[in-house]
Amino acid sequence: MSAMLTVWWKEVRENLRDKRTVFSALIYGPLIGPVMFVVIMNVLVGHEMKKAEGPLKVPVIGAEHAPNLIGTLKQWGLVPQPPVADPDKAVRDRDADAVLRIPADYGKAWSKGEPVQVEVIFDASQQNSGTPTKRLESMLKRYSQEQGALRLLARGLSPSIAAPIVVSERDQSTPQSRAGMALSFLPYFFVIAVYIGGMYLAIDLTAGERERQSLEPLFANPVARWRILAGKLGAICSFSLASLILTAVGFSIAGHVMPAEKLGMVFDLGPGFIADAILLELPLIAVFAVLETLVAAFAKSYREAQTYLGLLMIIPIIPSMMMGFLPVKPAHWMYGIPLLGQQIGISDLLRGNPVSAGDIGIALVCGFALALVIGVGTALVYRSERLAISA
Amino acid sequence: MIEVIDLHKAFGTVKAVDGVTFIARDGEITGLLGPNGAGKTTTLRMLYTLMKPDSGQVLVDGVDAAVDPIAVRRGLGVLPDARGLYKRLTARENIEYFARLHGIETQLMHQRREKLVEALEMRDILDRRTEGFSQGQRVKTAIARALVHDPKNVILDEPTNGLDVMATRGLRAFMRNLKAEGRCVLFSSHIMQEVAMLCDRIVVIASGRVVADESPDALRAQTGEANLEDAFVKLIGSEEGLAA
Repeated sequence: MSAMLTVWWKEVRENLRDKRTVFSALIYGPLIGPVMFVVIMNVLVGHEMKKAEGPLKVPVIGAEHAPNLIGTLKQWGLVPQPPVADPDKAVRDRDADAVLRIPADYGKAWSKGEPVQVEVIFDASQQNSGTPTKRLESMLKRYSQEQGALRLLARGLSPSIAAPIVVSERDQSTPQSRAGMALSFLPYFFVIAVYIGGMYLAIDLTAGERERQSLEPLFANPVARWRILAGKLGAICSFSLASLILTAVGFSIAGHVMPAEKLGMVFDLGPGFIADAILLELPLIAVFAVLETLVAAFAKSYREAQTYLGLLMIIPIIPSMMMGFLPVKPAHWMYGIPLLGQQIGISDLLRGNPVSAGDIGIALVCGFALALVIGVGTALVYRSERLAISA
Repeated sequence: MIEVIDLHKAFGTVKAVDGVTFIARDGEITGLLGPNGAGKTTTLRMLYTLMKPDSGQVLVDGVDAAVDPIAVRRGLGVLPDARGLYKRLTARENIEYFARLHGIETQLMHQRREKLVEALEMRDILDRRTEGFSQGQRVKTAIARALVHDPKNVILDEPTNGLDVMATRGLRAFMRNLKAEGRCVLFSSHIMQEVAMLCDRIVVIASGRVVADESPDALRAQTGEANLEDAFVKLIGSEEGLAA
């Protein structure tokens, strides 16, 4: 058995005996994504269904001035609530999603055939108010159009005169693409699973060994240090690969138990998705393994390494946030940037768009090239005298 | 055989080792004696190539450590100051890990391990995880791990540190046995009696320099002191760091 394999096997075996490492690498890391996915989607679905189909409860001020209007809106699902004294405050405080105010001269103006102004008071910065406000507005618009058409007919004119343009909307999104939009956070969980999967090993195998003073006897063996490093990196990669596979399978199972079709979404998280997602994330396993080892080699103790690597976990969030806040048009070159390539690749897979072999190839080549560069740096740090001396 | 020629090593402005020269021969026990902080551990670390000397040369069985460090490490069995066992592995797994790193065949590995387990009387702890081992059990395991490749040269850094009387006696017998097998045994210590009892040759180090390199009898004769402890104090010029 070669020295590299010996080191790899010893590290894997030793760390499988460590409850903390096993928990974080093989349970916490891989499961947090799928669990969050199921929870968030269930809450989201429940919430939206209630808003879209349930009775629309809106406080109405001055309902007595427009009994016909209110009567019609009631038939369409409005449940008028008692008026509130300060509608501005009510929507700001989220006591009401929206408030409808009907002026006192409604009846007078209506009988003269003049336009009447009704007010819908809402706060657009409150996410909850979106759907109810839209529903209320469309009810009012519909009522206005129907009444307008009746007035034209009463004067012997065709209602189509008042509607020179008819807009017909054709939404090009597919159920998959709508699902993908709702899930722009999902690729981050893949990255996190890879990161956490290797993190505790990286700390233990370098900073931990140093703290326990076992690097010195290890380096007294007739094995080149880069071989020892390679064995250790292999062990780190094995754990993060296991974590990644568990995550992909977890999402696949989660996709089956999701009430997604109620939102008009379809998730295609079958074996094809699992294989492509794992392939795309492969270079990140290598990049994180060398990066985490490099950071751990600079730390003087286990705790110090843990702190640094905890802070470093912010980096993988950046592409997810970027794509969330500034939706950029994905281009081929983006696959060449590790993390960004994985972000757009997995988003595309979720939308049901296949990622081309060329794009996966670019992601693999660039990712492994970056890992190689950092790896050479890590090997140089591993050769230093300072590394082995703990006391 | 281990030859050390004019070694120098400085950490910043501190000269830890400042011109150390000595020879440790096969079939002899050589003691590196000196007070704490005299440069013993740094000297030994340069022997097993963990550190590079600023100047000077180390030859192990004629191989230059600067030229072929891996060959040098292959010819050495090392018990460092830091024992550093893997606490989630058993004593057996600790020993076998190092045997594998030396590329020893499985059958030979079992033979060697059995021999060491007998010689060190560690049968009862062999399959226990090393977490919670006593100091003596840790040293035994670390020594078995260091010698499983049957090296011709053995370097032990303060091997009896923290051991009780029985464990110390056992370890001394083990070291005499290594000598009888024709090996070159080099160990460091700050304990006079131990060095006097075991060594064929004593290299006294103080402040990074060799102040004497003699047999115990010659050392007594040189300093004119019948008692080795007095001879030692005279050599290093102070009683600082003497913990017998």
